Formats: sequence, structure tokens, C-alpha cells
Amino acid sequence: MKSLSLSIALFAVSVLTVSAQDTAVPQANNGDSAALEQRIKDLEERIISLEGQVRVLKSETSSAQGAASAAAPAPQPASTEQPAATPQIGEVPAAGVTQTPTYGGAGGAAAKALNPDISVIGDFIGAVGGNSPPPLASVQPFPALQMHESELGLQAIIDPYARGDFFISFGEEGVDLEEGYITFTALPQSFVAKAGKMRSVFGKVNTMHNHVLPWVDRPLVTTNLVGGEDGIDDAGFSIERILPAPKGIFLEATGQVFRGDADGVFKSWQNSNVSTVDHLRAYRDLNESTNLDVGFSFAHGYNDADPHFTTNLYGVDATLRWKPLRRSIYHSFIARSEFIWSQREQNPSEQRAFGMYASADYQLGRRWFLGGRYDRSGRSQFANLTDTGGSIVLTYWPSEFSQIRGQYEFTNYAEGRNSNQLLLQLIFSLGAHGAHTF
Amino acid sequence: MKKLYTHSRLAVLALYMFIAAVIAPNVALAKTLDIVTATTDMAALTQEVGGDKVSVESIAKGYQDPHFVEAKPSFLLKLRQADLLVTVGLQLEIGWLPPLVTQSGNPRIQVGANGYLDASQFAEILDIPTGAVNRAMGDVHPLGNPHYWLDPDNGRRLAKGIAGKLGELDPGDAAYFQQRFQDFDKRLTAAEQKWDSTMKPYRGRKVVTYHNSLPNFAKHFGLNVIGYVEPRPGIPPTPSHTLDLIGLMKKENCKVIMVEPYFDLKTPNSIARETGAQVVKYLPSVGGEKEVTDYFKLFDYNIDLLTKAFQ
Repeated sequence: MKSLSLSIALFAVSVLTVSAQDTAVPQANNGDSAALEQRIKDLEERIISLEGQVRVLKSETSSAQGAASAAAPAPQPASTEQPAATPQIGEVPAAGVTQTPTYGGAGGAAAKALNPDISVIGDFIGAVGGNSPPPLASVQPFPALQMHESELGLQAIIDPYARGDFFISFGEEGVDLEEGYITFTALPQSFVAKAGKMRSVFGKVNTMHNHVLPWVDRPLVTTNLVGGEDGIDDAGFSIERILPAPKGIFLEATGQVFRGDADGVFKSWQNSNVSTVDHLRAYRDLNESTNLDVGFSFAHGYNDADPHFTTNLYGVDATLRWKPLRRSIYHSFIARSEFIWSQREQNPSEQRAFGMYASADYQLGRRWFLGGRYDRSGRSQFANLTDTGGSIVLTYWPSEFSQIRGQYEFTNYAEGRNSNQLLLQLIFSLGAHGAHTF
Repeated sequence: MKKLYTHSRLAVLALYMFIAAVIAPNVALAKTLDIVTATTDMAALTQEVGGDKVSVESIAKGYQDPHFVEAKPSFLLKLRQADLLVTVGLQLEIGWLPPLVTQSGNPRIQVGANGYLDASQFAEILDIPTGAVNRAMGDVHPLGNPHYWLDPDNGRRLAKGIAGKLGELDPGDAAYFQQRFQDFDKRLTAAEQKWDSTMKPYRGRKVVTYHNSLPNFAKHFGLNVIGYVEPRPGIPPTPSHTLDLIGLMKKENCKVIMVEPYFDLKTPNSIARETGAQVVKYLPSVGGEKEVTDYFKLFDYNIDLLTKAFQ
């Protein structure tokens, strides 16, 4: 702000000088007026350049102050009445921690500039129909109406070396840290590392938050073999790197080590029971509008049957995308499939289950999407019990920030019971939610 | 004797060629800056000042909506090698560029690093919201309108800024980049005089645009943008807004609707039928059509279209 007013002042002074010169030479001839015009132009250039510098300074100062306030320990915890974040921000320079100039003092705008990007995404689901006869223990039908999830996202660049992302998920019954991790972006040798709690890179669906799924619910194979909605979402660290490959092929390897807890999949009985997830991704542009994305995943960890028993998961995923660039906001098509094999040690015998889904989504127009999904999956503990199902999904986007979706879902459970459900979902997004990876 | 002389000359020539073949590519490689830009316009301007000392590639294509680019992994292959990333800024690329930068594993182009250049700092920015901003206004850009490159004066400022950045990254060639900028400046000034005089008879003409992507162009050439086909930025046309717009265009006697190449022409065409206006498919970016290969041709193309429409 100071710089801004500075530049305005500068402008005023310059204009005055110019007009002063103007009056000093009453009979300005053509040459003079051309010179004056040039001067005014030069001044204009200077103002535009100063305005640009102000914008840069503003953003730099806010991140510097953010770093300073994060680095500086809370000065005196004595005043306990003081509410947490916002008022402290203004005090940082006053406390003499840094001598960075303030722009706009401790005003609202400056305080906001220090905040991370904050977003909330609501996921409201209504359901009609359900299982017949009454529900099975292993199956969780949707209640009639529920505020399924409210995801709070807090994202910011931490310092020149890292960024931080938090996604806190408020369900109907409790709060869960869905993800919270630091990403080191400035490592040597093109490595990218993460540490914290994160959704593991096992396949595609496991990495996705609810609001980016092309369906209301997750495929049967996710529920039966990969831990359901939460999936393999655990505390640990991750390291990834792009590998050398023939021209035009993107090859990326990711290795992750987790504590070893993922409900329904892994259980850590002792500290050495860590789980690992490895993923290899190959991607290629077939042409400018079509591309193919293939992944291979492997996960290993101890399971809840016994402290000595482990589970291995093998996955293959393939995605074909089409989006004509000239009409990219109107039409697109995505076909995706994942195949997952589960190998679970338990008594009396090891269970080897297989599951898969195949889905396709076509964008009919700027706001309409039509999709379908086929499901088939064994169960991790009872490999010979296979559930099958299918869905038809219609999605409408009033804007980029809200979405209305209807899904008809039919499931045939291994025990011979059926479920017919009509799901209605409303997703709405507030604030600045960071873009998702492709 | 003469034969021997010729032979030795040939041998020397061959030796020279051999040395040149061995050394030259290495020298050239060592000096070429690897640059990735978010859009083709930034690429065109960077190429103007970078000459043969840079290799430039744009992520978005010129005929693509720059708000909605997919963050494809193939772009990572380019970004991981890049010495410099030039962005349009003002949140134009917010939906796709940040994850690419994070995933690139390239410390040189991280936000705040020396190889990350937000070009908006050099340009004159219009439409900076003064009051509170919320999304009832549509997909509004809270930092100002990011389509700023469509004013040739901004083109000059951008080229100057980029030349400065190139000189910073490759000090050995700083003079070369400055000289290229001087040359670009001269050519741009000459072209600008031509464009200005061509557009002079049409100053004050009223136009409607599909998206609010022309404020800088309109300001420079004195066009009067009276409305938009979109009811709000990023919101598709609605029947009621379209009716209002038709009424406004009739009242104001506006005869030109300017549409970016990536928008559907259905609504603009029906508005044109109602109002007797002409739909002009103008190009917001270099590369929007095959023949529009550089920054100069972008203006040549659009001004040609407009003058025909105004006649």
C-alpha cells in the first residue's frame, strides 16, 4: 500500500512538474509538445512498472511475513485471552523479529494475504432404495439424507523449498485428517518427497478425494479389497521421480512407506510393521487431444488376522482420455479401469481375491456429463464370494464450483441379495481449492 | 603444385567443418536457455527477445482456453528441464499450473525461485476489482484481468521485462537480448503506427465480446465493449441474459460480436441473427490459427478481421 501511494504521489509530482514546465514555456512549439508527450509516456511507463513492482512486493512481503510468523515462536504465551492467528500477524514486525516493511499495516487485507488458501467442499448425499432383503453386515447402504463430508482444505507454499497441504474431513460422526503433508519441491536430482499423512498412490481411485470422483460412491473393488472410502490413507513418507524414458513417454516411479494402518487392509501390530506402496506410472500423448495413462501398483503390509500375517495388493490401472483442445470446455471422454488382486494371509488358508471396475464418462455439453461403471469384486477375506454391480451417472455443473449428480446403482451381492439405489449428490465448493493433479 | 594446394585447402576446410561439427553444437547447447511458457503469447514474446539463444515451448496451445488446460504429465517432461517458466499470472493458470510446478521436481522454476517469472508484473493491468470480490460475480480474477497481452504497449513492456530476465539468467548474452529487444521495439513501433492508423476510423465503435478478454485491446484501439455474451465471467450464456444483450445491442446499434475460437458459436450466431450484427472469430492468442505464428501476425489478423467487420 505504501508503495502504491508512493507511486501515486510520484505520479502527482510528475504531472505537476510537467504542467509547471508547461506554464513556464507558454508558447510551446511542436517540438516541445512532442517532447512533453514523450515525457508523459515515459512517466506512464514508470508508473506501470512501479505498479507491477508493488504487486510483486505485496506478494513477496506476505509470504515473507508468513514465514516469519510461522518461524517465530509465540512471543509471550502470558496473554491467554488473545485469540490465535490473526492479531499476531500484525504484531510480528512490531515485535522486532524482522524489519520487513509492512504494506497496509495490520489491516484486513494484509492479514488475509498471510493465510493459506482456504477451501471448504460440501458433499451432500440423498438416497432412495437400498438392500433387499435387509442390509448385510459387510454392506453400508446410504442413509436417506446425509451431509456425507465437509472437506476443509488449507494449502500454502511453506518456504522456497516446500509446500504444505491439509485436508480435514468432517463427517457426520467425527473429524478425520484425510491428508496433511509437506511436499519438498526443491530437492536435488529431480526428486519430489512428501511426509505426513496422505492417500497412497495405489491405483487411481485411492488417490482421489470424494469430490473429484466421477461417481457418488466408490467402486466395489475399493470397498472389498482396498479399504473403502478411506482406502490406504496413512502416515508416512513418499518419494517420487520422473525416470528416463524414450521420447514422448512420461515414466514416473513412486515409493512410499507408511506406519502400516489402513482400516480393512493393513494393521500395524508393532512399530516394525510398516507398510509399503510402490507405483509406476507411464503416460503418453497419443495426439494433442488423446492420451493414455497406465499404472502398476504394489502394496504390502501386515493385516489384522494375526501379527505374522501379511497382505499383498497388486494393481493395474489404465485411463484413456480424450479432450479436443478447441472445444475443451464442451466435450471430453474418459474411460478408466482398475484391476486389483489381493493376497491375504489368514487362517485357515490364504485368500486370493480379484476385483475390478471399468467406467466411462462422456461430457455432453459445457454443463452435462453422462457416465457408467461396471463393478465386480471378490472379498479380501472370502475370495470365493464375488459381488457385481453397475451404475449410471448423470452430472450437471451449474458452475465450476458446484455440481449436482444423480446415480442409479444396482448391486448383486454374493449371498444372492440385491440392492437398487438412487443416489443424489450435491457438491459445493467455497474458497480457493488448489488444483488437483492430472 | 596447384593440385596439392587445392587438396590442402580441401583438407583444411574438412578439418574446419569437423571441428565446427564437434564443437559448435556443444557451444550452442551450453548457451541455450530452456524456457517453458504458460501460453503461446509469452512464448512468442520470449522468442522475439531470446532469438537463437533460447528454446521456447508453450504449454497451452493458442486455440485453447487458457483457463482450462489439463495438467498433463507430458508437460512435466518439459518443465523438469526448464531454466525458466514464464507465466501470465493474475490467477489465469491457477487451475492447472501449480500442480505441474510442484510435481516437476525442478527447483529452478518453483514459485519465488529465479526461474519463475510472472510476466504480469511488467504489464498495465485493467479491471482490478476495487470492492469485495465473491463468486456471485462468476469466475472473476481478483488480481485484475489476465488478458493483458492484447495491447501492443504491454507487448513491448513484457518483451523488455523478459529480456531483462533472460540477461539475468544468461549474463554472457545480456547485451544480445537487449539488442534483440531494441530491434523488436523498433519493429513493434512501426507496426503499431500502422495498426493505429488502420483502426483510427473505427475508434469508439461498439462491440460485444463473449468473455471479458479484450479490455486491453479495446483500450489501445479505442473500442467500446458494451457487453458480454457470458452473463458473468466463466458462466455460460443464459436465455434471459441473451435477451437483455440483444436489447442492449439494438439500442446501442452495436454490430460486432467478438468470439474467442474456443467458444461455441450457437448463442453468438443467434444474437447476430436477432440484431443484424456480425460474429467475428478473433484470436486472443498467437497460434490460434496456423498462419498466426508471431505476436505481429496476431494483431495483423485481428485488425484485418475487425476492419472488414466494421466496413
